[in-house]
Amino acid sequence: MSDSKINIAEAPEGISGEGFFATKLSDVVGLARANSLWPLPFATSCCGIEFMATMASHYDVARFGSERMSFSPRQADMLLVMGTIAKKMAPILRQVYEQMAEPRWVISVGACACSGGIFDTYSVLQGIDKVIPVDVYVPGCPPRPEQILDGIMRLQDLVKSESVRRRSSPEYTELLASYNIK
Amino acid sequence: MSDLLLPPELRYAGIIKQRQNEDGSELSILNLGPTHPATHGIFQNILLMDGERVLDGESTVGYIHRAFEKIAENRPFYQITPLTDRMNYCSSPINNMGWWMTLEKALGIEVPKRVQYLRVIVMELARISDHIICNSVLGVDTGALTGFLYVFQYREKIYEIYEEICGARLTTNMGRIGGFEREWSPRAFELINTLLEEFPPIWQEFEDLLLRNRIFMDRTIDVGPIPADRAISYGFTGPNLRAAGVDYDIRVAQPYSSYEDFDFDIPVGKSGDTYDRFCVRNAEVWQSISIIKQALEKMPEGPYHANVPDYYLPPKEDVYNNMEALIYHFKIIMGEVPVPVTEVYMPVEGGNGELGFYLVTDGSRTAYRLHFRRPCFIYYQAFNEMVKGQMLSDAIATLSSLNVIAGELDA
Amino acid sequence: MALETSVIQDTLNERFESAVSDFVQIHDVFTFEVDSDSIAAVMKFLRDDKTMRFNFLTTLCGMHFPDAEIGRQFSVVYHMHNWIDNVRIRIKCYLNGNNPEIDTVSDIFLSANWQERETYDFFGIIFKGHPQLKRILNMDEMTSFPMRKEFPLEDGGRTDKDDRFFGRTTDNVSNT
Repeated sequence: MSDSKINIAEAPEGISGEGFFATKLSDVVGLARANSLWPLPFATSCCGIEFMATMASHYDVARFGSERMSFSPRQADMLLVMGTIAKKMAPILRQVYEQMAEPRWVISVGACACSGGIFDTYSVLQGIDKVIPVDVYVPGCPPRPEQILDGIMRLQDLVKSESVRRRSSPEYTELLASYNIK
Repeated sequence: MSDLLLPPELRYAGIIKQRQNEDGSELSILNLGPTHPATHGIFQNILLMDGERVLDGESTVGYIHRAFEKIAENRPFYQITPLTDRMNYCSSPINNMGWWMTLEKALGIEVPKRVQYLRVIVMELARISDHIICNSVLGVDTGALTGFLYVFQYREKIYEIYEEICGARLTTNMGRIGGFEREWSPRAFELINTLLEEFPPIWQEFEDLLLRNRIFMDRTIDVGPIPADRAISYGFTGPNLRAAGVDYDIRVAQPYSSYEDFDFDIPVGKSGDTYDRFCVRNAEVWQSISIIKQALEKMPEGPYHANVPDYYLPPKEDVYNNMEALIYHFKIIMGEVPVPVTEVYMPVEGGNGELGFYLVTDGSRTAYRLHFRRPCFIYYQAFNEMVKGQMLSDAIATLSSLNVIAGELDA
Repeated sequence: MALETSVIQDTLNERFESAVSDFVQIHDVFTFEVDSDSIAAVMKFLRDDKTMRFNFLTTLCGMHFPDAEIGRQFSVVYHMHNWIDNVRIRIKCYLNGNNPEIDTVSDIFLSANWQERETYDFFGIIFKGHPQLKRILNMDEMTSFPMRKEFPLEDGGRTDKDDRFFGRTTDNVSNT
């Protein structure tokens, strides 16, 4: 067996004693959610190939908890939009986002998903945040796998610190309403 | 005839109403939608199914249409390589080199032998990288995940080689008019030699995993066949056509970039089914490895770019010290380069077949019309004919083996 | 054994007389013009004739010349390839700018099906007899034909881009 240290997730702050550990619910829930984000790889073009490289054994996104690529929106936590979204594709992206169950996060990977990229044309949607709310933007054309992993790690920070009441709060409802998502 | 203009769901709904099966079951419509793990890329197939059997299907594409041909009319010639990268993004150096060769044909530039050999090496590396994806993902679609994880490691090694040559992993934007932007470092050659030593045993293992594997053979033999004459009529080229038995390869029929100096075979299949496509791509990787070895052995010395100061940026030291170089630099960047009024068609053997560039110039700094002959777009039309009467899982395996890359499909 | 361009020219001239014209060799592709009414007959002849043997339709694309005379504003360019003698030809058919119509060749070469749909989608050229002439790459609801020269590249409705300093305002978005 090699000498490597295996890092396991740190326990949140809390008061512990014999047989009990008291902490905040949102910390525990955040920890659990952050380390088990199941992605929905919405790979459209070249960034999708970099994602395949991220998924493969060299960069291995599975060690961040994304062991199972869920292609069904109902079972996915984070929507990784990788690649150019054309206007023809935008309604489908919206439909997939709406089908995801709460809590859900969106990472937009690549310049095309963030802002249309190099394709400033009549047929390309200039950024997916025109149709769905985005949590993390990963720029690059295509971003290296390390950048995609960095984006996932930032998302993990966001998820860890999210309040358990966020999804039913009025601000969140307003955010969704601004995109006309019910 | 006009009901073919209806959306397929409506047309099939009409057929479902009319037809009744004897056992009371009815037909159904399955939407193998744009986002699907099995379609590696964004294109949709709406299938009319009788249980598990596919009766008819219609493909809708265009979900990633990025208007490359229109963009190309607005950009100076050396800015079109990023567009060509993003067509068949699994083997972008081939697209890049194809574009540079088109331009060189239009401008009448002769490139030195060394450049041609270097181009051959990088194009064959790209071909290996494209076939690695296609074959390993065909394995994944039939359930064999191991092969994918195993050979993808060697795609990383190929990416390292690209990084050493041009700085980017995937969308390489490699080369310039007349050659390369810099001489390849010794480390690049070292990495290629290491790859040539380490990769063959791995590819042999991958082949052994799948080629005579009972399950894989049952899943892929006689699945999605297409006879050679239909294939030619549908415009097939590349490994898909060679699997049907026709040995048409542009590297041999119309050699470009010194391919005639190399000794390689063209693998052909027999029936054009999925197994043959897998075998042909496998064999092509072996041939590519042999070509790279030959190119490295016979590599001539010489400059890494042609002497065309009108089109090739001069080195920066000269630009700051030498008036002529400054003027050339200015003219190239501003786009005041001499361009003849002509039209050329340059085909190269891409990972999927004949990738053609039809360039029409009108003397200005941008192309008047640039049309990409994209092999994926042309042969994907045959998909519905190939899967008629087969089961859904066969349709998925066929789709994988065709190697449809969405970027090339829609451009 | 090779098929000489003079043979192609003579055979076509003999058979189709005035429908074919303007034979010229541009780089390595022999190019000529065919009347838009006879393209189906010419292509069938080129495919089936025992000396011509152009068995492969390489590509088919459209072009737009807004500055040309009205009868020659659109064109459809076909590239064909004879695999046996390794000869390529290019056929150009010019069409009327107000009413660009041409016969389909999708019954002669199956690969022309989607390529003609793409040409229709981009230029609005109608292919008579095509089994399924509808848009393929752009959205179905689109009413204009984007590859025509007058259509702008960028999306006109964007409000987040400020190109004032490049001389482009929302009224004059055009490609110079």
